[in-house]
Parts: sequence; structure tokens; C-alpha cells
Amino acid sequence: MVSLPTTLNTRIIGSREILWLGAGFLFASLPHLLRMPIWISVLAVGIAGWRLLQLRMHSKPAAKWLMVLIALAASAGILLQYRTLFGRDAGVSLLVIMLALKLLETRTQRDGMLLGFLGCFLLVTNFLHSQTIPTAAYMLGCAWLLIASLIGMQYTGAWPGWRTTVRRAGVMILQGVPLMLVLFLLFPRIQGPLWGLPQDAYAGLSGLSDTMSPGSLNNLILSDAVAFRASFTGGIPEPKDLYWRGPVLWDYDGKTWTAPRIVQSVNELPDHSPQIEYTVTLEPHNKRWLFALEFPGRRPPSSIATRDMQLLSFTPVRSRMRYDMVSSIGTAYGADDDRSLLERNLRLPPDTNPRTNEFAQELRKKFPNDRNLVADVLTRFRNENFVYTLSPPLLGEQPVDEFLFETRRGFCEHYASAFTVLMRAAGIPARVVTGYLGGEVNPVGEYILVRQADAHAWVEIWLENTGWVRIDPTAAVSPARVERGIASALPRTDVLPMFVRGDFALLQRMRLTLDSVTYTWNQWVLGYTPDRQRRFLSYIGFSESTWQTLAFVLMFCAGIAVLIGAAFALRDLRGVREDAVKKIYGRFCRKLERRGLRRDAAEGPRVFAQRAGQQHPELASAVAEITALYIALRYGGESGAERLQVFKNRVRAFTT
Amino acid sequence: MPLQINAVAEQINSIILGKSQQIRLAIACLLARGHLLIEDVPGVGKTTLAHAIATSLGLKFQRIQFTSDLLPADILGVSVYNRDNGSFEFHPGPVFTNVVLADEVNRATPRAQSALLEAMEENQVTTEGETRPLPRPFFVIATQNPSHQIGTFPLPESQLDRFLMRIELGYPDAQAERALLNGIDRRDLLSSLQPRLEPESLAQLQREVQQVHASPALLDYLQALVNHTRQAPYFEHGLSPRAALAMLHGARAWAYMDDRKHVLPEDLQTVLPAIIAHRLSPAGETSGASRNDLVARLLQQVAIP
Repeated sequence: MVSLPTTLNTRIIGSREILWLGAGFLFASLPHLLRMPIWISVLAVGIAGWRLLQLRMHSKPAAKWLMVLIALAASAGILLQYRTLFGRDAGVSLLVIMLALKLLETRTQRDGMLLGFLGCFLLVTNFLHSQTIPTAAYMLGCAWLLIASLIGMQYTGAWPGWRTTVRRAGVMILQGVPLMLVLFLLFPRIQGPLWGLPQDAYAGLSGLSDTMSPGSLNNLILSDAVAFRASFTGGIPEPKDLYWRGPVLWDYDGKTWTAPRIVQSVNELPDHSPQIEYTVTLEPHNKRWLFALEFPGRRPPSSIATRDMQLLSFTPVRSRMRYDMVSSIGTAYGADDDRSLLERNLRLPPDTNPRTNEFAQELRKKFPNDRNLVADVLTRFRNENFVYTLSPPLLGEQPVDEFLFETRRGFCEHYASAFTVLMRAAGIPARVVTGYLGGEVNPVGEYILVRQADAHAWVEIWLENTGWVRIDPTAAVSPARVERGIASALPRTDVLPMFVRGDFALLQRMRLTLDSVTYTWNQWVLGYTPDRQRRFLSYIGFSESTWQTLAFVLMFCAGIAVLIGAAFALRDLRGVREDAVKKIYGRFCRKLERRGLRRDAAEGPRVFAQRAGQQHPELASAVAEITALYIALRYGGESGAERLQVFKNRVRAFTT
Repeated sequence: MPLQINAVAEQINSIILGKSQQIRLAIACLLARGHLLIEDVPGVGKTTLAHAIATSLGLKFQRIQFTSDLLPADILGVSVYNRDNGSFEFHPGPVFTNVVLADEVNRATPRAQSALLEAMEENQVTTEGETRPLPRPFFVIATQNPSHQIGTFPLPESQLDRFLMRIELGYPDAQAERALLNGIDRRDLLSSLQPRLEPESLAQLQREVQQVHASPALLDYLQALVNHTRQAPYFEHGLSPRAALAMLHGARAWAYMDDRKHVLPEDLQTVLPAIIAHRLSPAGETSGASRNDLVARLLQQVAIP
């Protein structure tokens, strides 16, 4: 009778393998489970739990029709939930549910291996949500677990214990590292994420917008999220110079400031000196602004510069972006702006803020000179009872009137808005500029970390013969905001995000170190763009790197890696290397062969020596002596270079 | 050959004529602490040889004649009620000795044969729920008739594996047979044999055998031989690790008897038929070949590394 060999298809795997796979699946999908709608998570965990229960009770597999029913119902539910089956969130949900059902179905080794590999695929989808170091570390752990469970499935005999499988998996991961490095460094890079992320991937991104209404910045200021990091070639400028320019808002409807839809772009940015050189690593914010210190002197690649000194990327920033910048601090621009342009920056909605208008006319009468007028207003802000706070009272229909003459409590957006309205009422062209102020200096990595909490709004006014100059009314009210950051400017009672508070020195230090590591990770791992790859390749000597060169280098390196692996495997197969003693004896045997004395492969040295001595008595003594030396060295446990040398010499001297 | 062993060998040679190689192997087997199986047709002197070895080594020995109605208790011993002190007393069987001569071992039923199993492997016997150690040294020298003869129960492979060596005596050559015919009856000679070895010196010799050096190159050769039996198609199944150990011990003993402190491939080749022939069985195309042919083929095909 012919017995069928057990194959992947027929070999039933035991409860231990199922448990390992279940753990691998749960850990790989855990980050998703915490993000997905609760019913999907509960369903997935429930199905996995059902499988474990089956193991416990040794019950029969779930019916096929029932599984099909669950699959269809879950798909329908996902369709209802997301209105689609495609895209990041819907797709991942579907994948998680289907893998849970696969776990329920898993009986044979083939099922198990499929589940293990699909688990690895599921693991990768975590990168669609987060690309931080903790995520990568967690995923490495999950991959380790999955590989160990795949290895554990291969034992048909006795299982060697979890220590062995986990160690083997670790060794396999380590063996993969060189190949991973080669692929990472040399595989042709594509700008942005490898595959186009669906639109909903950017839903959660926060940042400045092209409008500013009361309370809009307020939300940003409570956010810990990183806006960008900047490292300077020279020293880091003083905090009062760190105005990171973002959207410039021209139009006011009585409540909301809006950026113009179309702004004339300029080819050449004014070239002032002295210049500050720095590199910005911008987090994705799904808008086009590229932030730079006032005022930028260069245009990053794939972007335009506008007349009002904004830098706009061609496409919304959806992946981390790095650009080199130069800026010259404390200058003005646009002295030659024409009248029509300035007109727009004088416009105010009619019949709003009457008291402010009246006050502006009074000021105008008192100070014909624009500069004197501005100085007077700032003095008033400074000396009268204005308060900087993140929780200002609500403002009504005439917000600027109410703010200037009644509440007098607010933060940057209130001051910027009120000041601009006042300037326009007094006939001075003015507009609101939003962006970020300051940032946290990280002494560990020597760069500046700017968070959303550093969002700020300020004003620029146009002065005859000078052009647009920056005025920060907030600085007049609360100089500490500018000099020492938002944490020191606010009263202690105001709620601040934890990361911005500066209470504990040790925590602060740890936080800075951590962020420095993250910065390096972003720069060198996530920020390994086609440009960086080109630079790296030219550094190792491939100056003209087309994809053909890349492919060549890639194949070459991979080939070397494979050859090295093969060499090691071959060496293992051969077991022992031919040692010197054996080689010399082989030489001796070849000498005898020339006399017609051929040693049989299975003939022992002593027997061969006797035979040789009988056939050629004249050689007997020499052969006996050499054989004795050989036996002593190879079988007698003797060693030593001297003895080996004697043996070598005798064989060399031996002539037939 | 070391002097003491030489004395033993000479004495046995004076009884069994013209079989010095087999006698040498038998002594090597005992020096390697292994059990010995002597197989051949009746009347070639198997029992005489076993007897002569036991006596010459100066060991206590018991003879058990295996018959088809032999019971395990006849070998191991039995508890008998003692009326004087009102309790059961264990009367040790013939197995409690240094050398057991299991004569015609394949004439007994498997049940009786297996009684020897534990004794051979563990040097202890368990009867009536109690485990009793056997004296040291403990050897089994078994004789058997070729299995195709009438009234035999062939030893199962598991039991054959426990014998370190199996030797065949074969017919004596004409000269030896003439000497036999001219001489005195061998049975009478047996009673005149003298022990040639002190019991302690046997233990000492066995320790020295264990210290004979087996170089990595030799072990490579040994493993190559074992692996070949496991892979080549003409063996029903390969050699067990126990067989590999037996090869090593046997080769050591042989090298020691040749006054050497290290094992040569030739030692292994010499003892190999006695050690592995009874553990191998032919398969496939070679199923008609004798076991000794198989060993010869093995030796021919495996190169000395």
C-alpha cells in the first residue's frame, strides 16, 4: 500500500501553533483595533476568541455557511460605516475581519502559513497611520512573533520549545538586516509615499489655515503636535527674531480674516544680508505653505514665492518634507507696491466697529506721521490694562470695538486683528500674518522644535519709502510671549499641553533627547528621499545615478550577499576543512601512485603501508616511517607545528 | 597484546583450535563491556568457547540451558515462602553472577528471552515489583543456532541490538580438525582450565580500553559509515546510535589489544562485521545477499576521510 506523504495541505496543526498565530494576529492588529470603530474591533476579537474557545472545548470547526455569512455581514457593515470598501480605513477594517475569519478557519499547516504571511501584510498597514520609532519597534516585535510562529509550525516531530523558535526567528531577522540595508539604500526611491495614500489619510492633520476667526488659533495652541523642526548652520537666532511666516491674511469681513485666493508670484526674492542659513523639516499638514523666517531669500524646489512673501508648494504637503532656506532678519520688502494693491489692504467692511473708526480718526489728527501713530498705539497697548490670556471672554457683533474698549483680554489673534483694523481705519495699509513664533531649542540635537502650540499671529504695515514692516502688538502686551515662549506668558491657571510646560528638569531633558532621536530618524530614515539617495550614491562614487545604475548596484550588492550566504552554507556542508596533515598525506599517496601503488579510498593507512612494503621492499622503511608519522598526527592525537614540519619534510624528501 | 590478555587468549586457543581471530574478537567484546553472541551450527564448539572464556577470565559463571519451556523465573529467581520465619525469601536465579552462559538462546520463547533484556541493558533485574542490581562485571555470552533450524524463536532486532558483537565460528580447517581428533576430549580439558585474570584486573583493563584515543578523523570515518547505512538503498534500516557507540567501543578494545593508545581505521574495519552484521538487514535489490556481504559492501563504498 502506498501511504500518502503528509503535506502542507493535509497536516493538521495543533493548539500550540494556533495559539501562537492567534497571538501574532492580535498583536499585529492591536493598533488598528484601538483606532477602528468599536463594533469592528469587538467582532474581530470575538472571532479570534471563538477560535481559542474551540481549542479549549475541542469542538468542531465552525460551519462554512456561517463563516460566509459573517464575512458578508461584516463587509456590508464596513460599507455602511465608511461608504466604501476601499481607502485606508475601510480596507484595513476589511483585512482585520477577514484575517480573524481565516484564523477561525485555520486547521492545516497551509492555512497556518497563509495566516502568518497575511499577518505580516497586516502589520505593514500600521505604517499608513504612523511612522514613528515606537511604531517601528512595536512592529518589529510583532514580526518577530509571527516569524517565530511560522518557524514553530515546521516541526513535524518534537517541538524544541519557544526559546529555540524565538531565537531562530531572531537570527533570521538579523540575517535579513544586510539585505534590508541594501534595499533601503539602493532601491530606487519615489518622492512621497510609495503608493498614493487615499484622501482620508490626511484627515487628522492639523495646522494653520487660510482663514483666521476668533478661536481658530486657540485650538492650535492646545496641540502638542510638531509643526516642523529647523536646524541652523550657524548659531540659532535670538527668540525675538524667530517669526516663521505662514499664511498672510488680507481680507476682513468683520469677523474672519481670509487669505486672497490668487496672489501674484515673484521670480526673484530680495537678496539682503546678513543671511541665516537653515534646514526645515516640515511635518505634513495637507496645505501648501512652507514656513520660513521673515524674510525668505530663497525658493525651495517645487514651490513658488508670492508678492506677499509666502512660500507655496506646488502640491499640498502630505509627506514629511525637507528644504534648505536662507533668510535675512529685520528687513522690509515691497516698498514699490502699487496703489491698487495697497488699497486692498485698507479696505474694511462698512458700518463695523464705529468706536474704533472714531478713535482712529482722532489719532490721525493728533499724529500726521505714520510712525508716531503706530508708536502711540503700541504704547497704549503696553500701558493700559490689556491682558494676554488663552481664555478670553466671547466677543459680539463689533468684536474690535468690544475688545479695544471693554474686555481688553485676548491673545495674539485678538491683538493682531484689532491692531490691523485700527491701522486700516487710520489709513495705514495693514494685514495679518499668521505663522509660528519661537520654538523650543533642543540642545541635544542643536535644532529648533516648533509645535502647533507655537502658532502666532502678527501684523505688517506698509510705510512710505520703507515697505512692509512687521509689528507685533502681542509683544507690546506680553513681551514674555516673544522672549520666552508661550508657557511663560500665560497665567499659571491657564491650561497648557503637557509637553509645553517646563516644570520638571529631568522630564524636560528626557523629552529633548527623545525628540532629538526622532529628528534623526525623520531626517535619515523617513526623509531618505530620491535627492538624499542621489547624494549618497555620488558619495560612494556613482555620480550619475539613473535607475539603471541603481538596479546594477542593487543587483551587485544582493548578488554579493547571496554569494556570501552560499559560501557559509557550503562550508557548513563540507563540515570540516581539509587539514594540513591530510593534504600532505594525499601528496605522499600521489607519489606512490606514480609507482603503480594506488591506495584504495577505503584502505586504512597501515594496511596500505604493508601492501606497499610487500610490493616494493626497497621503499618499505620510508613508507613505514611516513605512515607512522601520519598515524600519530591524524589518529594518535598528536599535534604541534614541529611534528607537522617533520612529516612535511619526510614526504617532500620521499622519492620513488 | 598486553600480557594478561595474551595469557587468556593462549589458554582459550589451546581448547578451541584454529580460531584465534574469533577468540580475539570475543575477548575484545568483553573488554569493551559488551555482551557476546556466538552463532553457528551445533557441534562446532560454541558452548566450549563460552565456557573457556568465562573460566579463563576468573569470573563466577552460571549456565542456563534455554529450552522452549523455560520461564522468566527460571532465569531471574523466585520468592519462596519460608515457614520458619513466616515470610517470603527471594532465591536469586542463575542470572545473579558475573558471566551468564545463555546456551541456545533462540530455543526459548520470546517471553523467556526478554527476561534477559533488562539484565543486559541496565545491569539490574526487576521481579515481583522489586529491582535488584546485578554483580559487576556482568556479561551475557549467548550461543544460538542459525535461525532457520527447527525449533527456534529468532531473537527480535531489539534484542540483537543489545549484543555488542556476534561471531561465527565456522568449521575448523583440516589441520585443526586432525589435531582435535587426535587430542583429548575437549570437555575433559575444560575442567582443567585455570583462571588467568584477577577480577580486579579485568576492571582495570576495561578502564584502560576506554582511554584509547579516538581522533576526530576516526570519528568522521565512523559517522560516514553509519550515515551510509542510513542513506544507501540496500539497507532495510540504518544503524542506531547504540550501534555507533558499539563500533567505537569495539574498535577501541581492538586497538588496545594491538598495544596501541589510538584507534586506526583498520581497527574499525576489522571489528565491523562482528559488530554490525547482526544489526543490518538487506533491502531491495540486495535482499538475497548475506549480512556479511552487506558489511563488505559498506566497507568498500565508504572512503576513509
